[in-house]
Amino acid sequence: MSMRYPSPYAGDMTAPFTRPKSAILRRFAPVLLLPLGGCNWVLMNPAGDVALQQRDLILISTVLMLLIILPVMAMTVWFAWRYREKAQASDYDPDWDHSTSLELLIWSAPLLIIIALGAITWTSTHLLDPYRPIERLDATRKVDPAAKRLQVQVVAMDWKWLFIYPELGIATVNELAAPVDQPIEFKITSSSIMNSFFVPALAGQIYAMPGMQTVLHAVANKPGDFEGFSANYSGAGFSHMRFRFHATDRAGFDRWVAQVRASKAPLDRATYVKLEQPSEKVPPMYFGAVEPHLFHAALNMCAQPGKRCMDEVMMTDMKGGAGKESAHDVEGLRHDGTIDVGGYHPLPPGKRGEIAQPAGMTPAAERTPAEQGHQAPGQKDADGHAGHMSLKGM
Amino acid sequence: MSPHPASENSGIWKLIFGRLDWSAIPIHEPILIGTFAVVVLGGIALVAAVTKYRLWGWLWRDWFTTVDHKRIGIMYMILGLIMFVRGFSDAVMMRLQQAWAFNGSEGYLTAHHYDQVFTAHGVIMIFFVAMPMITGIMNYIVPIQIGARDVSFPFLNNFSFWMTTGGAVIVMMSLFVGEFARTGWLAYPPLSGIAYSPGVGVDYYIWGLQVAGVGTLLSGVNLIATIVKMRAPGMTMMKLPIFVWTSLLANVLIVAAFPVLTAVLALLSLDRYVGTAFFTNDMGGNPMMYVNLIWIWGHPEVYILILPLFGVFSEVTSTFSNKRLFGYSSMVYATVVIAILSYLVWLHHFFTMGSGASVNSFFGITTMVISIPTGAKLFNWLFTMYRGRIRFELPMMWTVAFMLTFVVGGMTGVLLAVPPADFVLHNSLFLIAHFHNVIIGGVLFGLFAAINYWWPKAFGFKLDKTWGLRSFWLWVVGFWVAFMPLYILGLMGVTRRMRVFDDPGLQIWFVIAGIGVLLIALGIACMFIQFGVSIMKRDQLRDTTGDPWNGRTLEWSTSSPPPDYNFAFTPVIHDGDAWADMKKRGYQRPLTGYEAIHMPSNTGTGIILAGLSVAFSVGMIWYMWWLAGLSFIGILAVAIGHTFNYKRDFYIPKDVVERTEGERTRLLAAQG
Repeated sequence: MSMRYPSPYAGDMTAPFTRPKSAILRRFAPVLLLPLGGCNWVLMNPAGDVALQQRDLILISTVLMLLIILPVMAMTVWFAWRYREKAQASDYDPDWDHSTSLELLIWSAPLLIIIALGAITWTSTHLLDPYRPIERLDATRKVDPAAKRLQVQVVAMDWKWLFIYPELGIATVNELAAPVDQPIEFKITSSSIMNSFFVPALAGQIYAMPGMQTVLHAVANKPGDFEGFSANYSGAGFSHMRFRFHATDRAGFDRWVAQVRASKAPLDRATYVKLEQPSEKVPPMYFGAVEPHLFHAALNMCAQPGKRCMDEVMMTDMKGGAGKESAHDVEGLRHDGTIDVGGYHPLPPGKRGEIAQPAGMTPAAERTPAEQGHQAPGQKDADGHAGHMSLKGM
Repeated sequence: MSPHPASENSGIWKLIFGRLDWSAIPIHEPILIGTFAVVVLGGIALVAAVTKYRLWGWLWRDWFTTVDHKRIGIMYMILGLIMFVRGFSDAVMMRLQQAWAFNGSEGYLTAHHYDQVFTAHGVIMIFFVAMPMITGIMNYIVPIQIGARDVSFPFLNNFSFWMTTGGAVIVMMSLFVGEFARTGWLAYPPLSGIAYSPGVGVDYYIWGLQVAGVGTLLSGVNLIATIVKMRAPGMTMMKLPIFVWTSLLANVLIVAAFPVLTAVLALLSLDRYVGTAFFTNDMGGNPMMYVNLIWIWGHPEVYILILPLFGVFSEVTSTFSNKRLFGYSSMVYATVVIAILSYLVWLHHFFTMGSGASVNSFFGITTMVISIPTGAKLFNWLFTMYRGRIRFELPMMWTVAFMLTFVVGGMTGVLLAVPPADFVLHNSLFLIAHFHNVIIGGVLFGLFAAINYWWPKAFGFKLDKTWGLRSFWLWVVGFWVAFMPLYILGLMGVTRRMRVFDDPGLQIWFVIAGIGVLLIALGIACMFIQFGVSIMKRDQLRDTTGDPWNGRTLEWSTSSPPPDYNFAFTPVIHDGDAWADMKKRGYQRPLTGYEAIHMPSNTGTGIILAGLSVAFSVGMIWYMWWLAGLSFIGILAVAIGHTFNYKRDFYIPKDVVERTEGERTRLLAAQG
């Protein structure tokens, strides 16, 4: 399969996308970072533009708050000293307990800081929303809106990470790579337990949750070999649930892809189901080919044989349910507790878990869990249960 | 250790013991066996001593069955201190493991053990240390501060205490029989579901919290009723001591929030016991629902913990600055605002779970807004000190240490409320440092201030200052040494609940944090020595006035310790600082005209009901259905039986009151 990756520099002719804040910050950030010399404070010295903006935000907010925190601390020490009993301060007044102007000041000073911080929060939360496609490579370079994003599908498993590159038809375990300055779109789910997908050098984290899909947009700006891990405790093997993220130039990435392709092992459902079984300290694995729609099956908890895909079930429910007889067919809906069940009987593709997306509908899986929450069909299924599958990826 | 031969197949064994067998006894864990030996030996020594000195009757009559809010308050404090030792041991174990497990070393704890340790640490510190201690302080102080003779429902108070203790017993039991949850302190599903946590750990967690939760909820109801209905004449709401105000709002939060916890744990139990699918991955369940519900309880919980201590700091600052509290009404409004806002911020605990940007911004901004009233409170304490005459006694020192520590925790908290910043800091050690910064710097420092402040009221002598100062400095320095490295580690991208580390560059920070914990351990030791030394030197430290600090509120107007009935005559209030006002106006204590005093009777029903609840929980945890069934019937029978108990009250005869008050008159006269 050949993929064309448009040059990320394509949009360079347009005006640079900068905010004045960042310009100011760039000037004083080095001063703030001075005491950190030598240490690898990755959050303060990230390699990706999203993480960099998050760093800037931490610094801006801290400075804003210090405007009030430092005077308070100084006043605490000063008052404690000035009014200690021994000093016998002459302005002692045991009944002085009110001053309208002071009260106004002590409510309005924090209020002003919070108004400023609130405004920053509102804008930055929208600009750095993990669901928002990357619009700039860094402070000076914009992304060409027509450019394609590198698609990576992430499945958190007990206790390793599976990365599927759907357009390249390859997959890896515990090793992730991307070209520098190439916007990446991660689609993330989990096979059983809640985890959190986090590459601190690249961008903020987002949870990986079973039956749900989260999205993260990011871009790496510096080449390097970075750490990634689960940032949400998920059981015994959690400490070792780590992977490497290689940010390389285009040629390096192509070499890496070729290396993965060279592995003849395909990632089919049988392999996936085996991979789902709990294991620890898993070394990186390469799969030169991937069964199509595997991520869809992982997301809808139907990679195992005989399981019904959640999107299919929800569709059935939305249409009024599958009738009384379907009440007996609950085994196909059981996912928990099946992770260590052995055996695999392949089903013909398209039979289970691969229904076509009806034309004109936004796939629910593209939406955030919160948005999906409003889409509850509210109909009863054959068991008489309300259709409460709305948070599942469709 | 292989299971008992009978346990595998024998139906009769299963019927009696459910899933309990010999493999549940962790004899392959030397740490647990050592602990168990110490606990057993200590327990035997304690029982022997109580028996030798014939104290059982005294314990039962004067303490276990008491309905006196003061004694119950003291028992809450003892429970909190005991559990604090346990929770702190867990902290030491974690610090040691994390400082150790580098360069390929797995440390000294297996995942199975370590994951229980951090779960237990969180659960115990919140539910069985912080909650009992603040409830204890409120129980002791609130009725006296409002001029009442007891709480509204004295039996309920005793019952609440024993239910809390019952919860603690269940959690402690898991140390030696079976295991505790390995899920983290909030037990998120699906990990806490039966499919991924099939053992007894999560069941211990659920039942421990459910039993203790009954106690907490009822105690909340009780204190609200007490504050609303039992204030002395003249004490309008805006003349309430500020500690009573903050207690009132904390209890309102308890009553509104704890049922959510009860419900969410009940739903989780249904998933685990009868196969419902509320929070499962499959069958249409949704784990995020649990996360929402648990935090709708969990965030107000934080304010339940801190609000009463804000009250303590206000009382202490005002008393030791020899000055009225600055901005009383703005303090009250700030507390009310905090209480309301605490319900509008829960989502900030999971910005990273995929909510939209507008939702995240909303919850981020509401969170920041809380810092406005909190900031106002801080300024109010500052301006109470301003133009004051500050005596640096121990409670005041803890208060100043709190002010300097808490602002930093508050600042990092607001930082975490900025969603994009939280995306990199969520679940990191930065977060751990933040909430320890506010909980240790706020709740614990506040409790130490409260203990040092009110100890003379409860026992009639002050605490030794030398050992108190040692404890203070070790704690304050130890706190900064232990938690600043965690802030730094968080900025290095280190996440929480890790058992082993790859990057050797991190080790030094964990070692520093370990040293900090060592300092804190010494601080705790000094605190216990302080208690011991003070008890031995009690005659030198004796206070016979009942008002050792030149206090401003009603509790200082009565003797130390107060008589069973607190006040022979119900005081009449004309001013917010009631006792300061009475002193200023030259109040004369009435010396005649005593009457017999109507008081509630002791009852053993509370401890029996709690004991049955523990038995019920053990039955549920181990699937000993007969035990659960019988205990449940027992609970109903005893509860109904108690409604037929008509010996609920008695009168303290007039001559006893006269004698007690006469004794106080003599002591006061001897004072000069």
